[in-house]
Amino acid sequence: MNNAPVPLAEGLNALIAGLILISAFAMVATRQMQGVLRFFVLQSALLAASSFLIGYSRHSIHLLALGFITIAAKVIAIPWVLKRTLPSEVYERREIEQVLNIPSSLLLALLLAIAAEFIVGPIAAVSRDPVVRVNLPIGLAGVLIGGYSLIARREALPQLIGILAMENGAFFAGIAISPELPLIAELAVAIDVVLIAVVVGVLTRTITREIGTTSPALLAELKEEPQPWH
Amino acid sequence: MALIVAVFLPLLAALLCWIKPLRSVAWGITVVCLALSLVTSAVSSQQVIVAGRAIGVPGWIEIDGLGALVILLVSFVCTLAAIFARGYMRRGSDHHERLWWFYCNYNLLTFALIVVPALTDPNLAWVGVELVTLFSVLLVAFESTAPALEAAWKFSILTIMGAPISLLGFLVLYWAYRGAGGATTESWQALHALASVMSPNLLKLSFLLVFVGFGAKSGLVPMHTWLPDAHSQAPTPVCAVLSGIKTTVPLYVILRLLSVILASPEARIGEWMVVFGLISVAVAAFLLLQVRDYKRMFAYSTVEHMGIILTAAGFATQAGASGAVAQMLNHSLTKSLCFYAAGIVLLSLGTRQIRDVRGLFRVSPFAAGALLLCALAIAGAPPFPIFLSEFSILSAGLRSGHNAAVAILATLIVVAFVAIMLQVNRMIFGKSDLYSLPEAMPASCRTAVVLGAIPILLLGIFIPQPVHALLVLAAQQLGGR
Repeated sequence: MNNAPVPLAEGLNALIAGLILISAFAMVATRQMQGVLRFFVLQSALLAASSFLIGYSRHSIHLLALGFITIAAKVIAIPWVLKRTLPSEVYERREIEQVLNIPSSLLLALLLAIAAEFIVGPIAAVSRDPVVRVNLPIGLAGVLIGGYSLIARREALPQLIGILAMENGAFFAGIAISPELPLIAELAVAIDVVLIAVVVGVLTRTITREIGTTSPALLAELKEEPQPWH
Repeated sequence: MALIVAVFLPLLAALLCWIKPLRSVAWGITVVCLALSLVTSAVSSQQVIVAGRAIGVPGWIEIDGLGALVILLVSFVCTLAAIFARGYMRRGSDHHERLWWFYCNYNLLTFALIVVPALTDPNLAWVGVELVTLFSVLLVAFESTAPALEAAWKFSILTIMGAPISLLGFLVLYWAYRGAGGATTESWQALHALASVMSPNLLKLSFLLVFVGFGAKSGLVPMHTWLPDAHSQAPTPVCAVLSGIKTTVPLYVILRLLSVILASPEARIGEWMVVFGLISVAVAAFLLLQVRDYKRMFAYSTVEHMGIILTAAGFATQAGASGAVAQMLNHSLTKSLCFYAAGIVLLSLGTRQIRDVRGLFRVSPFAAGALLLCALAIAGAPPFPIFLSEFSILSAGLRSGHNAAVAILATLIVVAFVAIMLQVNRMIFGKSDLYSLPEAMPASCRTAVVLGAIPILLLGIFIPQPVHALLVLAAQQLGGR
């Protein structure tokens, strides 16, 4: 029983990995703005929990710090910043426009998750670390599913949350494969993530004010068309 | 010491522009600080030429030949564009009360651009590149018109989407680096030293992710769609920075990583880079034929040149590397000049459409002369520096046995040449009956054009010894057989 905490931590980590994947699916399946934001906060909290867990079991102060940074940036700062900068009608809109309907989107997300396993599975299998074998494919799946919702959704705020969900996926893989990353790099990355949210938030507010919509699909003036020779 | 000053002066300038009593002199602050930054980066480049490295903060801020070249380019282009901005923003912008905010952002962008080549840690370089993207988004959206906001939105979504992908790439790189026994802090130098023992599969995965993420930022096909929009809608001095140097900086990171991969004996990906480079050149060359807006024309030409640089680096030889760094230098200098010329045409005539501009030579000989000069220079006509670097890239390709690639590249360069000359020819010559005489050109715009033309005219005929030494050092950093 003297080795019990380590397998337990790994088991819990695998559970968290599953929950992170489910929350990625949930973000694809949710049609309401508030719901998408809530699942994003949940996913970020799960990411923080995973880095606390691995940090505790591997005695890595970096991962504990990363957990706190994640909570500060993604669970507290970003939702607060978005609520402050964005006009309430962006939130009050109930339904998010989407290119594909929800069932097809879920099917595609499932295919992306399987593809992620196939892409990095062989690479992760080389590592003897069981945490890497869980985190790397699921992290990549998070990146791909976030990227999908970014492409499929036709509104500014869900697109921003898609980017942040991609970032969560990248970090979830990152805490397994590079746990000793210098703290200054982690801090810089966290500041950067908050800045992304601020800039895109400001841009969204300007677009809403000037044009009256947050649907980039309606912005389609700039493109190349063949011109007749004259 | 000079390096620290060069890197942090733009940040200081941004802070000064933010302070309320100084807001009315924001332009003066910007130009003085950036000019000082140019001087100090020239001093630190001199240190690099003498000692091989210049050190600001040991282990964090250091430059070698390649870094010195990029820092010098950033400070040169940003200083000239700031001079150009005075006359242009006064007349061309509708937001005079917010000009301090423009300069503040502009200085932050310059800082982010200059810090990327100065940082030794690739992970921090990632942060720097993301900051570049963010500040350029704000500058593209500065005019707040519907097309400008559309351009800024496309730009931000496509390029910020690259951020998590390339972040994962850098984390995989760190994993490979630690797995090969690297120290906890990472640096480009240490990566080079360990390249041969790092796992080639991880290196390839990491390069793929970084290439996708940063390729979008430097406008490589198929992630280039934001580039013509952003470059046509942003205020012209910003376009000069975006096209001239903002695309070069992420490409610099890609090339750095490519040189690490090429140093690994098993992960050969040079051929792929040649293919991707040629695709970019091809798409851009054919879009150049049907473009309607002259600022978009120069933007597509940026896509073309990014492709050429990537192709040259993909040859994976020392000669290819020299061609790539020379092309980087010449493209930045020439492309920023192109946008100054386009900016003065836009100021005089108020239209971006090529078909609305006829007989420019009779209306404004200065603008027409500048436009003709830089169109010849960017298309690669003989007395200009781009001709020399393109020629050396083609000959490097032949020597490394990439005969088919060289044939395709040469054809596409000719197509792009013809396209640019056809478009510009229609604008400059012919009868002009559409508009009245334009107002006098602002002196600051003329100054920027004249100062920007000096290196273009000079470098095609004679390369000064320090520049040559710097190019040689930079090419050595990129490596190759």
